[in-house]
Amino acid sequence: MSETVRNTVLFGLMAFLIAGVVVVQGWNSALLIIAMGLISSIMALGVNLQWGFAGLFNVGIMGFVALGGLAAIVVGMPSTPGAMSAGGFIVLGALALGAATIALAIYTYRRMPPGWGRTVAMLVIIVAGFFIFRGVLDPAVDRIEDINPAQTGYLGGINPRWAEFGVDADLFMLLAWPLGGLFAAAAAWVIGKTALGLRSDYLAIATLGIAEIIIAVMKNEDWLTRGVKNVIGIPRPVPYEVTLQNDPAFVERAAGWGLSPVEASTLWVKVCYIVLFAVVLVLLMWMSQRALHSPWGRMLRAIRDNETAAEAMGKDVKARHLQVFILGSAICGIAGAMMTTMDGQLTPGTYQPLRFTFLVWVMVIVGGSGNNLGSVLGGFLIWFLWVQVEPMGLGLMNLITAGMEEGSALKEHLIESAAHMRLLTMGLVLLLVLRFSPRGLIPEK
Amino acid sequence: MDFLNALIAFANFVFIPGVAYGSQLALGALGVTLVYGILRFSNFAHGDTMAMGAMATVLITWLFQSWGISLGPLPTALLALPFGILFAIGLLLGTDRMIYKFYRVQKAKPVILVIVSLGITFIYNGLTRFVIGADDQNFFDGQRFIISAREFKASTGLPEGLSFKTTQGITIVTAIIVVAALFWFLNKTRAGKSMRAYSDNEDLALLSGINPERVVMITWIIVASLATIAGVLYGLDKSFKPFTYFQLLLPIFAAAIVGGLGNPLGAIAGGFVIAFSEVTITYAWKKVLVYLMPEPLEPSGLVQLLSTDYKFAVSFVILLIVLLFKPTGLFKGQSV
Repeated sequence: MSETVRNTVLFGLMAFLIAGVVVVQGWNSALLIIAMGLISSIMALGVNLQWGFAGLFNVGIMGFVALGGLAAIVVGMPSTPGAMSAGGFIVLGALALGAATIALAIYTYRRMPPGWGRTVAMLVIIVAGFFIFRGVLDPAVDRIEDINPAQTGYLGGINPRWAEFGVDADLFMLLAWPLGGLFAAAAAWVIGKTALGLRSDYLAIATLGIAEIIIAVMKNEDWLTRGVKNVIGIPRPVPYEVTLQNDPAFVERAAGWGLSPVEASTLWVKVCYIVLFAVVLVLLMWMSQRALHSPWGRMLRAIRDNETAAEAMGKDVKARHLQVFILGSAICGIAGAMMTTMDGQLTPGTYQPLRFTFLVWVMVIVGGSGNNLGSVLGGFLIWFLWVQVEPMGLGLMNLITAGMEEGSALKEHLIESAAHMRLLTMGLVLLLVLRFSPRGLIPEK
Repeated sequence: MDFLNALIAFANFVFIPGVAYGSQLALGALGVTLVYGILRFSNFAHGDTMAMGAMATVLITWLFQSWGISLGPLPTALLALPFGILFAIGLLLGTDRMIYKFYRVQKAKPVILVIVSLGITFIYNGLTRFVIGADDQNFFDGQRFIISAREFKASTGLPEGLSFKTTQGITIVTAIIVVAALFWFLNKTRAGKSMRAYSDNEDLALLSGINPERVVMITWIIVASLATIAGVLYGLDKSFKPFTYFQLLLPIFAAAIVGGLGNPLGAIAGGFVIAFSEVTITYAWKKVLVYLMPEPLEPSGLVQLLSTDYKFAVSFVILLIVLLFKPTGLFKGQSV
């Protein structure tokens, strides 16, 4: 079977699975799976860039995705009245102060001769800087969080309230996606600068830690994200259901499709998202393919396969690694911003490494690391499984327990536990693929 | 008097919890470091191995409790612990036979083994939740305190109380016994010596007739025991919740790396370094300082350097500093 035929068959099977969802669970579930499948594919593309192209082992994807979500509230939410003057500028100043402290410490480290003097000087700078930073930051944060804590209590975003200017669909939100990429890229730069020189296991642990810290910051810094109080009501780039239902032209068109206005509007909104996401995916896919087949892509693979030889050829391994680390993380940030936009809310408490980091890894490995098309397939397939394993598991449990007497403790426990089948299945899929088809469904050429 | 009070407050809120937490981390880090030394990969499934072993122990504890067996003032879990360890040994040996062995024979790159261990993390995590659920489980029984704050105040007449929980006492005593036994094993027995030889130089060890599969088997047995003990002690001291064990992975790895991966002594030192840094940096020092400072200088705030939610950040920053300035760790570890 030639490669094209095989790929077509694989994607055809995927389409068949989704068509099955349409038949069994209806269009709504199917469209949701497609939308999230697109987002998952984008995340997988980002990780594939790092792992498949360059062999960088990044397990901090969750952090970059969450930073993308932060961009969605920065772009989407209006700024809280009075928050900036109450403490916003001081907070920004304090953050600059913190950065300056670190920069000064690094400068001292580089300029002073090694020895006790240098260590002491650095410690003094860092400790003093930390206390000044906290001294400036804390009162300002308290003032911001005191502003109407039930509703705002945070800085808010930069949305100039487009709705007041009569702009209907808030297309302004689309800006959040590149901004999410930018946030993630900035974080990746800092991480890459410190951790990329380490060997692969250490890089993994470092990125794992950074992701946890990013989530901890988003959960606890209420002035920035409202923490676990969540930000809800983020505007969307697509029309609202209610608006559509009140639009006579739309209601008429819905009747033409044989759907009720409510049903038609929910489906239409999802279709709009899918179109937007698909455009982003195609764009990123095109860029990734170009990168893969460019001299730059070949250089990355050469570095991946033999770092020493590539270095001997005069390639700047560290710089290339940093580059690709930033690019891949930025793609994850974009996907994160897209996801938060579609959810319409930022809930820092829901970011979990198994869901946002390791699931994406399963996608990349199952799809085929080093192959962009494979990542897309893996994104769709694994997301489909992630969503569908739960009802399937429940069905399986019902089947197993069918013979047991009604109300027995074991039966209840088994049915209740079906929800946890997901992790088990994902682990099994990952191990089976690694064992029997380590190069994935669509292997690298 | 004030100085004494400050000392007691320090012991109560910083020193004793720090020692107990440090012992738990040290036991966990020993497991990670042994896998790294012998099998040469970072085992991401270690946190969930702890959860599995602790889960088995919890279930057996419940069984014993339902039979009415108890250890009096000590928690019944100690009686169930050997059975939990046996379960964990079976689990790890089975995992090794079915999964890791294939890659070992292939001589796969370490990073592949790390990814494999991620898959195993998923499975263990799913199994734990499947069997016992994702919620908090209480399996502690017996006497709660060795010294309770109230008794201490009554007997000494000091305003500041000192409490010493049974679980903390058990943690510290168990950790000392386990570590002593481990070092005796590694240094004095033939099997332990062959493990160290294999860790130092694989080829030379093979040449001198050491059976690698036997070394690997012994390693997994020890790792299973350490993980279960660490998991049960942590569960007794805090509470058993499957998800927390995954989160323990970061401080445990930090401890192992800070001490020097592959070096057992380093893992213990690293455990205490990480534990004490976490506790001291996230503790609100006001209580201690109030006793020490003259009244006009008494702090008005909590004097807490970082909120407790950032304890991950502490272990992480220490990890990063060590990696940047002393990549092989405080004690010389391996750096492949």
